[in-house]
Amino acid sequence: MRTLLLLICCFVLPMAAAQQAPESPQASSSTNDTALPSLLLELTEANFRRMPSLVTEIEEVGGRTVLPLLTALQDGELYYQPGNRELVVRQESGGGRITVSDVFTGDVMDGIDTESLERVPINNRLRAVLQATIARILLFQGTDAEREQAARTMLSDLDEDNLAVLNEAIANEQVASVADMINVALAMNVLVTDAPQPERLAAVATLHGNLQGPVRNLLRSFLDDLGRNEQDPEVRAAMVSAMASIERKVRFYQLMEQAFYGLSLGSVLLLAAIGLAVTFGVMGVINMAHGEMLMLGAYTTYVVQLLMPEFINYSLWVAIPAAFMVSGLVGMFIQRFVIRYLNGRPLETLLATFGISLILQQAVRTIFSPLNRRVVSPDWMSGAWDINPVLSLTNNRLFILLFSIIVFVILLWILKKTSLGLQVRAVSQNRDMAKAMGIRTDWVDAMTFGLGSGIAGIAGVALSQLTNVGPNLGQDYIIDSFMVVVFGGVGNLWGTLVGAFSLGLANKFMEPMTGAVLAKIITLVFIILFIQVRPKGLFPQKGRAAE
Amino acid sequence: MSQLASIWGELRRGSNTITLFVVVLFAATVLASLSNLLLPESSALHVSTYTITLLGKYLCYAMLALAVDVIWGYCGILSLGHGAFFALGGYAMGMYLMRQIGDRGVYGNPDLPDFMVFLNWDSLPWYWFGMDQFWFAMLMVGLVPGLLALVFGWLAFRSRVTGVYLSIITQALTYALMLAFFRNEMGFGGNNGLTDFKEIAGFDLSADNTRIGLFVITAMVLGVVFVTSQLIMRSRLGRVLVSIRDSEARARFLGYRTDHFKVWLFVYSALIAALAGALYVPQVGIINPGEFSPVNSIEIVVWVAVGGRGTLYGAVVGAILVSYAKTRFTSLVPESWIFMLGALFVFVTIFLPKGLAGLLKRRLQRDDNGDSNGSTETTTGEARA
Repeated sequence: MRTLLLLICCFVLPMAAAQQAPESPQASSSTNDTALPSLLLELTEANFRRMPSLVTEIEEVGGRTVLPLLTALQDGELYYQPGNRELVVRQESGGGRITVSDVFTGDVMDGIDTESLERVPINNRLRAVLQATIARILLFQGTDAEREQAARTMLSDLDEDNLAVLNEAIANEQVASVADMINVALAMNVLVTDAPQPERLAAVATLHGNLQGPVRNLLRSFLDDLGRNEQDPEVRAAMVSAMASIERKVRFYQLMEQAFYGLSLGSVLLLAAIGLAVTFGVMGVINMAHGEMLMLGAYTTYVVQLLMPEFINYSLWVAIPAAFMVSGLVGMFIQRFVIRYLNGRPLETLLATFGISLILQQAVRTIFSPLNRRVVSPDWMSGAWDINPVLSLTNNRLFILLFSIIVFVILLWILKKTSLGLQVRAVSQNRDMAKAMGIRTDWVDAMTFGLGSGIAGIAGVALSQLTNVGPNLGQDYIIDSFMVVVFGGVGNLWGTLVGAFSLGLANKFMEPMTGAVLAKIITLVFIILFIQVRPKGLFPQKGRAAE
Repeated sequence: MSQLASIWGELRRGSNTITLFVVVLFAATVLASLSNLLLPESSALHVSTYTITLLGKYLCYAMLALAVDVIWGYCGILSLGHGAFFALGGYAMGMYLMRQIGDRGVYGNPDLPDFMVFLNWDSLPWYWFGMDQFWFAMLMVGLVPGLLALVFGWLAFRSRVTGVYLSIITQALTYALMLAFFRNEMGFGGNNGLTDFKEIAGFDLSADNTRIGLFVITAMVLGVVFVTSQLIMRSRLGRVLVSIRDSEARARFLGYRTDHFKVWLFVYSALIAALAGALYVPQVGIINPGEFSPVNSIEIVVWVAVGGRGTLYGAVVGAILVSYAKTRFTSLVPESWIFMLGALFVFVTIFLPKGLAGLLKRRLQRDDNGDSNGSTETTTGEARA
């Protein structure tokens, strides 16, 4: 791979140089008054041997202002226009769209032929130089967060240059977090050099309980017989205790991470099951096509993104109401034309809706192909929240966790506080009496079913961000959804909430010991046994409505 | 003695359906077999061995449908997990057939099936011991699914899990088993299942005679199971079962231990399903975890619904018809079969709640006396969930 890159560079560079040769003297004579522009000009024609020193010169001249330039160069996004040799940043966004912007201001530049741009080449040695240079600029001239990050990057690369920079930086460092990070780096350096015992002990004390990966690796190698193998018993004892405290912390954060994944799985289960809690739990209708409502929601997201490729970042906000409408309408259609005729015959309803689920799956297979479709995640969903080096929570899971709670609260509000909710509850408790009171039970049935299905559609939007969108999406969730509702107690939304999160947590905490599949099997068997003990679930409905 | 007499009485009273069924089954089996063996391949009436195998497969499905009809049609227990018993019976048979391969496998290991050699196992897992004996394997065909049904049924019916809840947990049961059998560590061949069988009890599985033999045995077993089930349903026991279906609480108040009845019927039904599975595997030549998939189990229920539940012969007819349609349409227009199957589900439940048997019965009654005032046929009573 690297050879290939090099070959390409070798090939492209002379060509580009040859093309530019006649114009270069003219251009350099007009911009000779300041140092930076000429350096920038040289950037477009320098070879790999010249580049590292050139980068250092640019840093000395430009300081913080050249940071965007160096970052773009590091990412391979730095191009220049063949005509006036002006440097620009050329970026490709998710949909394959190319934007060209000014290097220093970041303003989008229109009317530039993107095809004609020439790339400033880069190789791995240059990349390393750039990383150090950028870190140095950030360490001295960045914001506090940037400076801490820069010091952290240096932990894994403590060469002489970096140490010199760090020593220089610590002398007049005011911010505690940055100073801490630099001290850790210096302490690591003390350990690897032959410092006297008291200094080494102090260094180990500094590293006590530190979660940074390089720190752990260093300590581990000191405690390893085949590694650095610390000889001094006192230092070694200190290292053992430091390592123990690190590992205690790591275990704790790993537990936190498991809990997070458990909650995340729980939120997915909650989203999948909550619509079912309405149709099955409140109305008592077994909708085996519920999984396909999720699938329809996910495919709606896909279609919405196809329709608005320019605005992927906003597509989810369109997809959520669209999915609600699509799944809700399909649900109402099913209710009006099939389920209505099977009122009071739950087993037949089960079969008929299963037939519908087959039809919907096959329809999707015919329309969209049986292959999985790719749903793009908007920028704000990607990335992660790094709490510390060991624990980082991915944004999409965080958002979906939050989203599931919001959906739950809204649904609860609809059922408890709106007149539709009142009617739904009345019909579910006593259909005849509700009818006698003038409630249009037909209409309420259709609306309830539409509501449950629509929520499943919304859940499908969320699921499209986590899993593959394919015709079998619904099937994968239908049994889990029923398990959650039955486990939590039919007709009880809170039961569904507790059921979903406890099953999610149980599953994820079992996984490290048993593996994913076995954990799922154990959960299923547990629920089957649990239903024998408490046939009405965790929170059974009480009173006459239960009969 | 008196019991024998009463059974004889039942046989004579219900002789119409039973005789008709047995005669038709017998005639079809003999005709198909003879035309395969005696007629030359060029003859228009020749039945190919492929067709014989296909027919044998349908008869296995018919038996499976019968198993579901026994509990759903007569006792109102809708099991969405009967494919699990079928597959377990099939796996027991498959393990026996696997051991019969001996050292003729790809790796030539006399003790270990190929997939175990592939996974670097050095000895048979304990549950594979004895599976090279035909009698032991047959014992396991009944014992394993029977025990599972006993434990599951005892737990479920004792704590009065009924209706939809029962359907869902049976579905969860087969789903859990499917996930388990997909695991390589289970020692059942994982994703690929068990296949490449060579011979059964010394007979070459690819030979025409063996195929016909298996087909005839399947037909005979189906006949026996049908007659036995018909007798059970016409006896006092059958009436108790129907009363449990129509009102379990009332039957319980009358002093019947309804849960005991249901458990034993569930075990009986599971045994039929397991037998069907054991006969199915040597004919199709493969068993894999896909047989456990919940969709398969629901398809069985549709066979019964199409044929008409609570009639037994309806289940058999439904299974054969729907399976035949599936074979035809998946080869003609593969895309549309799923659409048709789905539409069939909806159509039958809404427009044909009693299935084809119900249609037939209505036609017969109209022919008999012109008006049908309040039919008292017990088996047509609406099954309550």
